[in-house]
Amino acid sequence: MSSLEIIFIIVALATLFSALRVVTTPNIVHAALWLVGALFGVAVIFALLNASFLAVVQVVIYIGAIAILMIFAIMLTRRSMDDSGPQVNANWWLAALLGLILFAGLATIVLKSGTTDIGLPVFTDNGAFLAQLGEQLVSPNAYVLPFELASVLLLAVLIGAIVVARKK
Amino acid sequence: MSDPITLISDWFEKLLLGWGLADNLVSLIDSFLGALIIASLGMATVIVLIWVERKIAGRLQDRFGPNRAGPYGLFQSIADIIKIFTKELITPEGADKVPFNLAPIMMVASVLLIWAVIPFSSTVFGVDISVGVLYIIAVGSFGVLAVLMAGWSSNNKFALLGAFRGVALLVSYEIPMVLALLIPVLMSRNLDVTWIVKMQQPWFILIAPGAALIFLIASMAEVGRAPFDLTEAESEIVAGYHTEYSGIKFGMFYVGEFLHVFTVGALIATFFLGGWRGPWAETYPVLGLFYFYLKTFLGYFVVTWIRLSLPRIRIDQMLSFCWKFLTPLILVLLIVTAVLDKGLFMIDPSFQLGKSGAWVYSLVMLAANLIVSWLTVQILRRQSNENGRQEFEPRPVAVAPKPTEN
Repeated sequence: MSSLEIIFIIVALATLFSALRVVTTPNIVHAALWLVGALFGVAVIFALLNASFLAVVQVVIYIGAIAILMIFAIMLTRRSMDDSGPQVNANWWLAALLGLILFAGLATIVLKSGTTDIGLPVFTDNGAFLAQLGEQLVSPNAYVLPFELASVLLLAVLIGAIVVARKK
Repeated sequence: MSDPITLISDWFEKLLLGWGLADNLVSLIDSFLGALIIASLGMATVIVLIWVERKIAGRLQDRFGPNRAGPYGLFQSIADIIKIFTKELITPEGADKVPFNLAPIMMVASVLLIWAVIPFSSTVFGVDISVGVLYIIAVGSFGVLAVLMAGWSSNNKFALLGAFRGVALLVSYEIPMVLALLIPVLMSRNLDVTWIVKMQQPWFILIAPGAALIFLIASMAEVGRAPFDLTEAESEIVAGYHTEYSGIKFGMFYVGEFLHVFTVGALIATFFLGGWRGPWAETYPVLGLFYFYLKTFLGYFVVTWIRLSLPRIRIDQMLSFCWKFLTPLILVLLIVTAVLDKGLFMIDPSFQLGKSGAWVYSLVMLAANLIVSWLTVQILRRQSNENGRQEFEPRPVAVAPKPTEN
């Protein structure tokens, strides 16, 4: 077992544990903090795979923006220190089912690939890769349509937020 | 002789290899030692910085500053450190222990992590990753998290209010800061910090002064110092998010703040003042180290100077300054820079940095920056004249009631 594999196993276990705590901890702010831990674990796994761009973007977007806004919203809307309401609502079985289906699907794909020992993907991360990614995002032959769709969606959300927040 | 730091590190690696250690173990030890040296250098710098800042504050306020302990009061910070270590650590009742204790560590770590990618000279840097600029932004977000955790876990209303203000400040000013960083990225065509420094011929502050100024303002706000110190406004919310911290835990926030100011100086030096660039810096990398620290201290001095000269601004002024002035201005600057960059390239492919037409590029960019900034100030001035100052009828509250006749 190489040192990289040992690190991967430790990080993966920590990520899984954090993810489990997100749904089991009674205090909602603690859940959000555990979520930060889980997201950071995913970023570390990206870094281990040499995908430094994805790792950094994971931290910027998921921890720096989404998790912070979530914690901020929780703290603004609740009496946070002694908040420990019910952990599940009526839809918990649906969420569990979806989670199981997703897990089954991923497991099938991995098992169907024949071998579980596929090794690390060869992924050289340099400036050229980033430039390529940028060009692909705006190239009409590649991802310009999904990219623009996402932009339009974000713009709509922005306008929606302004309309909701505006004084009547 | 021109590069003693690389020399020492090579010698050390050879020594370890000579002892029969495995190759990757040696590189592991090397990286750990490097990280340790950079981190403790940062912490040690703070000791000097506190003294420097108090001296500057003293001079600007027409007094001496520390002058008792040691020559010129140099040992004052050391005495303060010993004192802060001996103080009692108090955890308030009802505090959430783990986040409460984790927050000061994260605060310092979020700043120290930035130093990993900053090039000190052409040969001395922590790591050279291809996404250095994004990395700097990413680790900054841990500071926001630390502020939130500290404020919330203290179980104190003032701390929570301070944390809310702090997060509003940090999240808002992150936007102009990141957008201002995009301009050096755009000009050097790379996210790699060492590469951005290499491309700075001329320094980016000369060809993008608007971006440099906005980056300075936004990163001062990120530090949360005067005039943006409403997160810890003493007259309103005691001490903000670190109200409940005592002893060395408070010391960590203090160190984090000082280190952050110094880091802002280093970032300004790296992105806009040419980093280690200077006469003969490429042939003698030691000189690069010297230039880098000189520029960093220059940035540090400017930030301290502004801090000591300006009064605190209100929270509504703070937010409208960010969203109605800095963000639109930097967006326009970014678009103008991008369009001009592409346009110049289409006119003549040599019109870009590092090619023969670099001077044309620089002049056009400087002119564009100045015109956009001037137009913005004109528009703002006209608007403020149109709106005018709102004046209300005086509504005296504490007036004696008229004597009634009966």
